[in-house]
Amino acid sequence: MPNSLFEKCAISGIGETAYVRGSGKSETALQMEASLKAIADAGLSPKDIDGVIPYATGSAVAEDFITNFGIADLRLSATTPLGGASCLAAVQLAVGAIVAGIANHVLIPIGRNGYSGARIGSRVQQLPQFRTVGEYEMPLGQIAPAQLYAHMARRHMEMFGTKSEHFGKIAVTFRDHATKNGNALMTEPMTLEQHQTARMISDPLRLFDCCLESDGGAAVIVSSSERARDLKSQPVYIMGVAEGHPDSPSAITQRPDITTLGTAKAAPRAFGMAGVDRKDIDVAEIYDCFTYIVLCQLEDMGFCKKGEGGDFVASTSFGLDGPMPVNTHGGLLSQAHIIGMNHIVELVKQLRGQGGKMQVKDAKIGLVTGYGDMGDGGVAIMRS
Amino acid sequence: MEVERVRPSPNEDTKPYWDGLKEGRLLFQKCGHCGAIRHYPRQVCDKCFSMDVEWIESSGKGTVHTWTVSQHAFHPSFKGDLPMTFVTVDMDEGVRVAARLRGKDVEPAIGMPVRVAFEQLDNDLTVPVFYPQ
Repeated sequence: MPNSLFEKCAISGIGETAYVRGSGKSETALQMEASLKAIADAGLSPKDIDGVIPYATGSAVAEDFITNFGIADLRLSATTPLGGASCLAAVQLAVGAIVAGIANHVLIPIGRNGYSGARIGSRVQQLPQFRTVGEYEMPLGQIAPAQLYAHMARRHMEMFGTKSEHFGKIAVTFRDHATKNGNALMTEPMTLEQHQTARMISDPLRLFDCCLESDGGAAVIVSSSERARDLKSQPVYIMGVAEGHPDSPSAITQRPDITTLGTAKAAPRAFGMAGVDRKDIDVAEIYDCFTYIVLCQLEDMGFCKKGEGGDFVASTSFGLDGPMPVNTHGGLLSQAHIIGMNHIVELVKQLRGQGGKMQVKDAKIGLVTGYGDMGDGGVAIMRS
Repeated sequence: MEVERVRPSPNEDTKPYWDGLKEGRLLFQKCGHCGAIRHYPRQVCDKCFSMDVEWIESSGKGTVHTWTVSQHAFHPSFKGDLPMTFVTVDMDEGVRVAARLRGKDVEPAIGMPVRVAFEQLDNDLTVPVFYPQ
């Protein structure tokens, strides 16, 4: 029996600020700017928003939106602390709340000064989800995700023969897409050689295996499909959505299989709800904090078997004219790190046919993922 | 001016672990009810849900499960230590420990047998490290 959330809701509005290094704006202002754009895109008034799911460790709380927008009766305020999977966990929560009749139009905003504010690597110890590694691993010198995730990538390489060149192909492809995007930080093409000769950050992860630190805001609005059809922009229907938590969610070190993410639990639920298969996906926006994490998610979602990610990446084009273009906007690696909200916005654009120079021909069904903290996964499948 | 270290914040649940390291002992939690050994320290045994706990001393021996060599410090207190080799170790007790790998000209490798040692960073902080067995 199909899950009751299938196509009950849609993304009714999207908004993005400029993605830059040095916004000159507060993180809350970036969220407000992106939110107002998403609200205008949907053809709503800010006062119509009756649910808000702010970023769990961000600057703004629901009260800021009530105050700024003059919302008379906010009916849902919640957070979904899953790091880079937060946005899709919030979409799942929004859909559930709307289907339950709690709210009509749920705003999910993100805004951050990841470059000009406190640098990302220096503030993770304060996040509640990082308390375990903060207590046991950061005092040893393992401070940043690049170091913690390197253990997963190294194990994958030694167990399965995965190569740095496989990671490089991912980075080069996303960079190519970013060069076509008018709102991306990285505007110059990159060669595989440039990837391979870039300085090592934490073996096997080189500089261009790591995502950008950037400033900007992005937001989406989730509404019931019925209401979305009456709004200004073309609705993009949420066919399936799920979050998944890995075994040993607080520490990669203790995970029985450190080459598997929470994505492996979320994906079957999302695909099952959507009633489609991997071959039906026309375009995919895959959370790419690190190149390895893209490869690992492709395996965890069943696009190939565990351990075959290297060969799969080597033999498959993720470019705009390939069978399943991936990260058409350039991703966290080459567009900007907006906690994956930029991935959701890009998928909606693609499915509306608003992809500009990156538009994938005949994109009807698309997939977007989130990945956060020590392995949380989020997966959504949408259609135009 | 010396840069402040990254420090743990020991509480009722985690203080025995850190106190053990100061005494040169690597301690793991053992369920007081079913005997399952667990790490990192936590409140409940996920096998039998008992909150009874005792602390046992590790043999200190294990093999490398995976590793990384960091060339970037991410915190100013580690800048003088680069490059830093970190190993994730499968301990003989069945849990894992993350720590720096020490020893002259040692190349990390999966499956390498290692033994634990202890480095006192200052009066308040001693951390585990590994050497090849």
